Amino acid sequence: MAVQVLMPALSPTMTEGKLAKWLKQEGEAVKSGDPIAEIETDKATMEMEAADDGVLGKILVAEGTEGVAVNTPIAVIVAEGEKVTAPSAVMPAKAGIQAEPAAETGPRLSPRTEVRGSAGVTKAAEKTWTGPTGAQSVREALRDAMAEEMRRDPTVFLMGEEVGQYQGAYKVSQGLLDEFGPKRVIDTPITEIGFAGLGVGAAFGGLRPIVEFMTFNFAMQAIDHVINSAAKTLYMSGGQMGCPIVFRGPNGAAARVGAQHSQCYASWYAHCPGLKVVAPWSAADAKGLLKAAIRDPNPVIVLEHEILYGQSFPVPQEADFVVPIGKAKIEREGTHVTIAAFSRMVGVALEAAQMLAGDGIEAEVINLRSLRPLDVDTLVASVAKTNRIVSVEEGWPGFGVGAEIAALMMERAFDLLDAPVVRVAGADVPMPYAAILEGLALPKAADIAKAARDVCYL
Amino acid sequence: MAKAPTKAAKARSGNGGAGESAQPDPAPAELLEYYRQMLLIRRFEEKAGQLYGMGLIGGFCHLYIGQEAVVVGAHSTAKPQDTVVTSYRDHGHMLACGMDPKGVMAELTGRQGGYSKGKGGSMHMFSRTKNFFGGHGIVGAQVPIGTGLAFAHTYKGDGGLCFTYFGDGAVNQGQVYESFNMAQLWNLPVLYVIENNKYGMGTSIERSSATTDLFNRGQAHGIPGAAVNGMDVVAVRAATLKAADHVRTQGPFILEMKTYRYRGHSMSDPAKYRTKEEVAQMRKEHDPIDTLRDRLLAAGVADENKLRDIDRDIKAVITEAAEFAQQSPEPDVSELYTEVLAAG
Repeated sequence: MAVQVLMPALSPTMTEGKLAKWLKQEGEAVKSGDPIAEIETDKATMEMEAADDGVLGKILVAEGTEGVAVNTPIAVIVAEGEKVTAPSAVMPAKAGIQAEPAAETGPRLSPRTEVRGSAGVTKAAEKTWTGPTGAQSVREALRDAMAEEMRRDPTVFLMGEEVGQYQGAYKVSQGLLDEFGPKRVIDTPITEIGFAGLGVGAAFGGLRPIVEFMTFNFAMQAIDHVINSAAKTLYMSGGQMGCPIVFRGPNGAAARVGAQHSQCYASWYAHCPGLKVVAPWSAADAKGLLKAAIRDPNPVIVLEHEILYGQSFPVPQEADFVVPIGKAKIEREGTHVTIAAFSRMVGVALEAAQMLAGDGIEAEVINLRSLRPLDVDTLVASVAKTNRIVSVEEGWPGFGVGAEIAALMMERAFDLLDAPVVRVAGADVPMPYAAILEGLALPKAADIAKAARDVCYL
Repeated sequence: MAKAPTKAAKARSGNGGAGESAQPDPAPAELLEYYRQMLLIRRFEEKAGQLYGMGLIGGFCHLYIGQEAVVVGAHSTAKPQDTVVTSYRDHGHMLACGMDPKGVMAELTGRQGGYSKGKGGSMHMFSRTKNFFGGHGIVGAQVPIGTGLAFAHTYKGDGGLCFTYFGDGAVNQGQVYESFNMAQLWNLPVLYVIENNKYGMGTSIERSSATTDLFNRGQAHGIPGAAVNGMDVVAVRAATLKAADHVRTQGPFILEMKTYRYRGHSMSDPAKYRTKEEVAQMRKEHDPIDTLRDRLLAAGVADENKLRDIDRDIKAVITEAAEFAQQSPEPDVSELYTEVLAAG
C-alpha cells in the first residue's frame, strides 16, 4: 500500500524547512532507516530517514524547494512492483496534534488555592493539647521527634554529616546512634549532592530518610536533587513515584559567621510545587512539625534555626503530640495590627508587640510555622480584625516570603486593608561579619515596632 | 552502616577487557529472546522518530538506536527484586524492563494512556511494578539516586541490586564520584553501567575527558571495572553476570559498555561532530542486531522464516503501540493540578 512521506519536524520549534536534496531517486528501493533526503532547518541540515520499506514511488516536492511546511506530503513510498496510484488514493498520514486548549485552561489571573499547593493538606482543625507540658530546648525537641518516629517506623533513618559519633554538629542528634545503631544513624562524607541524591533514591526504594544538612547553606550544593529529583517526581510519574523524605537543618543567620553561612532559604524552597516547607519557632513547633514531616508522604523541608536550638519552651507531653503542616498559630492576640513572622523572627515579633503594648497598640502575632502550604485563611481572618499587616523575615526582601504575603493580601484581603502591607526583612546585602554591621542587617524588635506604627499611621 | 569485612578483598583494580569468559553460552531460546528484545527497541525507536517527524511527539526525544545490546544483555541477568535507573535516553531501558510499549509510546505523545498520564514525557517515565525508577533529565543525577536504591536494597536486606546506567557525558559530573565513594565505603549493591557511545551530545569523549578508559574511573575509590564490547549482546550478558555476582557479594562494580548511537543526541542534532562514514561503518560492521542475526543463522538456531516471523510480530506490536499512542486521549484538563503532592 502506498504511504505518503511527510515533511518532518526535526526540532521542537521547526514549522517549515527547505528540502535541500533527495538522496534516493524515484524507482529506487528504500529500507526503513535509510536516509532518503536532506532537510535544512533554521538550525542545521539533517538527513531524513525512511520509515517504511518499499520503493520511492514518486517525489512530490522537488529538491531545492524552500519553506516546505511540516507535514506536507513530499514523496510516496510504494510496495515493490506496485504502481503509484492517483494522489487521492494515497493513504493520508495522521496529522499532528492540534493544540486547542479548552477555555478553562487559559491563564488564571488569581490562581489562589491551586498555586498554594493545597492539595493533600488536611482542612481539619488542629487538635488542642491541654495535658501537662514540660520545658524543653528546641534541640531536645527535635531529637525526641526523630527518636519517637524512628521507634514507630523501622524504615525511618537519619543521615548527614556528623550526625552519629560526633552526636550532631549542633548536638541535635545526641544519643540517636546509641539507641538506633549505625544502620539507622549514618555519618556521611562531606558530599551534599551525593547524599541528598542517595536519600532520594532510598525514598524511591521504600525507606523514609531524614537527611540532615549541617546548615542549609550547604544544601545549595544539593538543591538539584531537592527540586528536580524529590519535588517533581510524583507529578512527572503521574502519581506513581512519591518521595517521602525530610531535609532538615539550621537555616538563616547564626552569629558572626559571615555571608556564606548566613542566609535564609525560605523563599527558595517555598517557591517550588511538590515540596512542603515548615519553619518552627518554639520547641513545641519543632517537635510537632518534625514528627508530621517524617510521617508525610511528600518531601518536606524543615528550616530550623541555630540561635533557637538552645532556647526552652513548654512542650506537650502527650505521646501522640504532633503539629499539622499548613496551620499557622496565633501566638498573641491583638486588634490593631497583624504581625506575621516565622522561625526566630516570631520571638522578635513578640518582643515588638510588648513594646507596642506600652504605646497602647495591641499587635496580633502570627507564627506562620508552615510556609508551603501557607495558612492564608488565618492571615486573612486576622486582617479582617486588624485591617493592617506587617510581615517579618530574616531573608532578603526581594521576591521573599513578605512579598508573597503582600501579594496574597492584595488578592484575598484588599478590601479589608486600611494601610499598605509593609515588609520587614533582612538588609539587601550579603551578610557582613563586623558585629555592628551584622546587627544592622537583621530585623530587630524596634524595626518591627516602627513598621507596625507606620501601618497604624502613628 | 556497618562495614563488611571484605574491604581488602575487593580493593583490586580494573581488569579491562575481562568479563567475557567462563560463562556458558546462552541457550537458543534465550538468544532468540535477546534478538526479539533488541529488535523491539529498534523498531520502537524508529517509530518514535517517525511520530516526532509528524509532530505527534514534542520537545526532546533521545533515541537509543545502536545501543540495544547494552540494556538487553545487562537486564537479561536481572533478578525480580533488582531495580533500574537511567538517564533521559530511556525508552530502551523501559522496554527491556518489560514495560508496555503502548504505555511508553503514549507517554511520548503526551496522552492519558502514557505511563505518567502524559505529565512526564520522553525523559520522565517510571514503573513501580517493573522496578524502573526513571528516566532522569539532569545529566548524572540518576547516579546518586541509583546508589540510594542500592542503599535501600541493603537496608531492607532483599538481596537486590540497582542497575545504574549513565553515559560517557555523565562521567565528568562530580556527583558520580560522590556516589562512587559512598557506594564503596558502604559496600552498596550497585552496578554502574557506563554506556560509552563516544559522544556526550556533540562532544567526543577525547575532547571532554582527560582519561578515556572509563572502566577505570572507580580506581580512586577501589571500585573494580571492566570494558565490554557493548555491541555484542552475548558479551554484555557474560560481563554483567560476572559483575553482578561481584556486586551482590562484595559491592559496587563498573562496566564500561563500548557502544554507539546511530541517531543524533536528540532529534535536532546537526551531526557536524562526526562523519557520515563513521556512522555508516558502525552500522555495517558492528550493528548489534545484525551481529546476533548472523550468529543465529550460522548456528542454526533460527532460519530466515523464523526471523521473519519475529520481525512481523514486532511490527504488529509497534503498530499497535503507535495507534494506541495516537488514539489515547490527551489528559483531562483537571490533571493539571493533580499529583503535585501525595495525600496524607
